[in-house]
Amino acid sequence: MKQHTLEIKGLVAAVGGKQILNGIDLTVRSGEVHAIMGPNGAGKTTLSSVVMGRPGYEVLGGQVLLDGEDVLALPAWRRAQAGLHLVMQYPSEVPGVMLADVMGEAFAARGRSTDGLAGVLRSETEGIGFNTALLDRALNVDLSGGEKKRNETLQLAMLRPKFAILDELDSGLDIDALRDCSRRVEALTNDPDQPLGVIAITHYNRLLEELRADHIHILVKGRIVAEGGPELADQLERDGYEAFASPAELAADDAPAADAAGAYDDLFAL
Amino acid sequence: MPLPTAEHEVWRYSRIGDLDLTAFTPAPAHTTVEGADGLDAGPELLAELTADLPVHDVFDELSAAHHRTIAIAVPRGRVLTEPIVVTHRVTGSGVAHYPRLVVHGGENSEFTVVERFESDDDDVALVVPRLVLHAGQAARVSYLGLNLLGHRVWQLGHQQATGHRDSTTLLGTVALGGDYARVRTDARCVGQGATTRQVALYYADGDQMHDFRTLQDHVAPRTNSDLLFKGAVQDRAKSVYTGLIRIGEDAKGTAAFQTNRNLTLSEGAWAESVPNLDIRTNDVKCSHASTVGPIDDEQRFYLESRGIPPEVAERLVVLGFFDDVLAALPVGPLRADLRARVAAKLSHRLVEAAT
Repeated sequence: MKQHTLEIKGLVAAVGGKQILNGIDLTVRSGEVHAIMGPNGAGKTTLSSVVMGRPGYEVLGGQVLLDGEDVLALPAWRRAQAGLHLVMQYPSEVPGVMLADVMGEAFAARGRSTDGLAGVLRSETEGIGFNTALLDRALNVDLSGGEKKRNETLQLAMLRPKFAILDELDSGLDIDALRDCSRRVEALTNDPDQPLGVIAITHYNRLLEELRADHIHILVKGRIVAEGGPELADQLERDGYEAFASPAELAADDAPAADAAGAYDDLFAL
Repeated sequence: MPLPTAEHEVWRYSRIGDLDLTAFTPAPAHTTVEGADGLDAGPELLAELTADLPVHDVFDELSAAHHRTIAIAVPRGRVLTEPIVVTHRVTGSGVAHYPRLVVHGGENSEFTVVERFESDDDDVALVVPRLVLHAGQAARVSYLGLNLLGHRVWQLGHQQATGHRDSTTLLGTVALGGDYARVRTDARCVGQGATTRQVALYYADGDQMHDFRTLQDHVAPRTNSDLLFKGAVQDRAKSVYTGLIRIGEDAKGTAAFQTNRNLTLSEGAWAESVPNLDIRTNDVKCSHASTVGPIDDEQRFYLESRGIPPEVAERLVVLGFFDDVLAALPVGPLRADLRARVAAKLSHRLVEAAT
């Protein structure tokens, strides 16, 4: 079994000149599931964007180390090839581009053989409850929210990264799709050859129960204010964020700033 | 008649001021026709179809004087399963070709005509093609014009398509070649229930310029038109799309749509889109949409986040952008070849830092 480590160290980042992340420390090892929970505007989507290298975010300090190598200087595609993956909250529609072609290019770019790709894609598609007829449709075009998330999970399963950030995988998902997607991710974390390490950004316990999160981190105003085991998520559900931060820190006055890079961030989250 | 100038509204944005007509001597192109055996239009029909061709400008005049005509008539009820292919090849430098293609689809006929324009890469020439196309009652006529000319050939095309009662006309255009290449298309619905669909793919690089003028002209009631033009420009290339939907007083119950989308793939490239509506009756459905812009950053990031290098991500997005027009072109087997030509153009894009 291959063991890998993703270390986020003192990460400080800004969007549109406004500092959103104020020093994040987080270490994830292969097979672990870490949840990041936080109120709107806490910087959850910014964190996922900065780790993956989405343009428009400025890193002001800190490191993101994958097996000891800092990936922050790499473009997104190099980070993906190195083993990072982002399951997007709002996957882009790419007209006229088929998933099979994207997977073929993604495999080729990693030097992986595309022999038998179509068959694997088909069986993964069926396994995740994604309609195989949708494979012939352009990427995410005219897909429902649930279909998009099944599609995202399918790509994660195909590409087999070392670490995945799930940015609100559970938003826009019905209960069946949530179960199918989270079970697939959970199975990947138990893969005997290369167990997937996960950072799950979420508002809900339900996903964490399905994923069996071992570590909970509570993010407020760009800082992790509490860490613990699954019991922390229960406490959060019972008591709300007020137990972890002052009303001033929870004020949503800076929430729109997190959207400045073009993501919808938490606009539609509950 | 004198040469028009860009001051004339119809030549606005064009490079007409760069043309030196005296540099070109009229001569026939090398033209071949496949799949049209026994389908020559007789002299009477040809005379009828070309009787009142308008003479708007000096190019109409020159065409009238020097044209070489291919006239095809598909008889009533005839369905052709294979396309008719007309190929015009430029015969060298310093020549002006005036090919004229006249197509008549008899009542309830169904067929496709492909007209290819080709040249060697170093030929400096002028091609002034004219298309006159009639779709008779309930006929289903498809036409595809392929501009595969070299980068030093000027093209000034004019197409006139007329749809009679309940006919369906598909006018496809692919423009990859030429120096300055212009096509004006007038698609008229003169019979009740006539439908026209216009589809174009254009992609200019280097110093090329593609210039399209389209008219969706609704004369008769309950007629339909739909237009989808998609283009890309890179390096220092330019493109212009100017389109008009005109719905006449008698064209009640008409539906007309027009969409033009443009990708600008280099900082130094330029695309313009000018949609217009002229509606003179009530009870119509009509819309137009146009966009000009670079590759969407979110689409690019989405693909790159899957580990796909930037140049491959761009190829996927650009081919994806053209996918619907490629699918709508009347000749399926050409699609793979056209995709390859588009991909080749993209791969030859000048590196911006080097320019």
